[in-house]
Amino acid sequence: MIEVSNIEKSFNGNPVLKGISCVFETGKCNLLLGGSGTGKSVLLQCIVGLMKPDIGSITFDGTVYTNNKIDIRQEIRRKIGMLFQGSALFDSMTVAQNVEFPLQMLTPEMSPAERRDRVQFCLQRVGLENAGNKMPAEISGGMKKRVGIARAIAPQCTYLFCDEPNSGLDPATSIKIDELIHEITHEYGITTVIVTHDMNSVIEIGEHIIFLHQGRKLWDGTKEEILNATVPELRDFIFSSSLVRAAKRIDEETEGGIAAFAEEGESGGGGI
Amino acid sequence: MLKTLGSFVLFLRGMVTRTERFSVLWTRTIDEAILIGVDSVVIVSIVSAFIGAVTCVQIAYNLTNPLIPQSTIGYMVREMTILELAPTITSIVLAGKVGSSIAGGLGTMRITEQVSALEVMGINSTSYLVLPRILAALLMFPLLVIMAMLLSILGGYLAGTLTGAMTQQDYVEGIREDFIPYNIVFALIKAVVFAFLVSGISSFKGYFTTGGALEVGAASTGAVTNSIIAILIADFALAALLL
Repeated sequence: MIEVSNIEKSFNGNPVLKGISCVFETGKCNLLLGGSGTGKSVLLQCIVGLMKPDIGSITFDGTVYTNNKIDIRQEIRRKIGMLFQGSALFDSMTVAQNVEFPLQMLTPEMSPAERRDRVQFCLQRVGLENAGNKMPAEISGGMKKRVGIARAIAPQCTYLFCDEPNSGLDPATSIKIDELIHEITHEYGITTVIVTHDMNSVIEIGEHIIFLHQGRKLWDGTKEEILNATVPELRDFIFSSSLVRAAKRIDEETEGGIAAFAEEGESGGGGI
Repeated sequence: MLKTLGSFVLFLRGMVTRTERFSVLWTRTIDEAILIGVDSVVIVSIVSAFIGAVTCVQIAYNLTNPLIPQSTIGYMVREMTILELAPTITSIVLAGKVGSSIAGGLGTMRITEQVSALEVMGINSTSYLVLPRILAALLMFPLLVIMAMLLSILGGYLAGTLTGAMTQQDYVEGIREDFIPYNIVFALIKAVVFAFLVSGISSFKGYFTTGGALEVGAASTGAVTNSIIAILIADFALAALLL
């Protein structure tokens, strides 16, 4: 579990995070939801240690991270895996070398054979067992995200952070990436934090959603609760999604017929 | 200016405070030494050989007084090569080739979040990315300068004898005349200082790149121009201090 208490962060006097407190639960996909410029990525960067908050504290499973000794911070960092928005693969290394890199650096006690096995296992887990020898420039955006996930889980991380994992991907690939993150979270019982503004992800994997608006946390709950939320900013955000607007319109026009429409689709009769 | 200097000092301190394992550092340094040194052999060879040749021909052209022996040409080529041309011109060439490559490489890693990826893994990115580059430059610049000295003197010899400006015997006599071994030491000290300036400034410029592709280009350009200015200032300071 990750606890964030009263985090504040400003840039040149402009407050970006205004006293955010929240909890990211273990074994769940925790979504940081919000529009552009609401401070989601800044909060994520504060949590993973790429930025230092002005005020507030962050605790990983009871161990304070902010302002703690460097050794303790390093120890926590080594339990963190992160999937970056642009994947951030090392472009001078092959896919397999990218996945092996954190093992080489963080677990020197592992033998080369053990490392190779682990790399193969991780690549297999993300469905890229045959792409090990390819360079990052030779693979698609979706594959890069998968390699990023494999690299993040290779050192058996306890916390997985994903910064907009669906950006630049087509809807079908986005869903596959979401499903993969969801499966990995439950399979290994890790704490996953996903920054997103994608309503598809909310509906697909939003087990615990935290909504940010103008640097403040305005709402948190589950995907089942979000459609009934009464916070105006959250409702504006949700219903700015074309897909949700269309679904709502169809629902109104057909007087609640969207469920039947979806059922028809699932049974092979077309639909959303 | 002072703020930048302070940032540079902090950047260098961060690089050595929490270093990676020796085996990692060694492997990375050797990789960088190949990129900085081995890959620069051709350009340094061409530049130094031609500079030696041109220096010899031009000195011969200016030495018209029959009272000055022809061996002076070889002597002057040697002195100019060892004291100035080999260390300084080689370092300026390397500032263009190596400096832009270091700044461009680190800048690209920065804007594509590869540096952040290292940091998130708990790896000291300056120690992993910058320290090996600086060590490799400190190792390879003096070797390239020694090679440049030899090729420059050889270029002068070929140019002098092939154009008939002087005899082979006169050139060799001039090369051996009043040789001061300290000059070689001085040239190597210059090479080490220039190596540190080029690799340090270029790494600093690249590491702190923000923005996109345009800024990476600007960082590379800045790295080259700042390195060259730093080389020229250091060249004067070292000459004033050590000669």
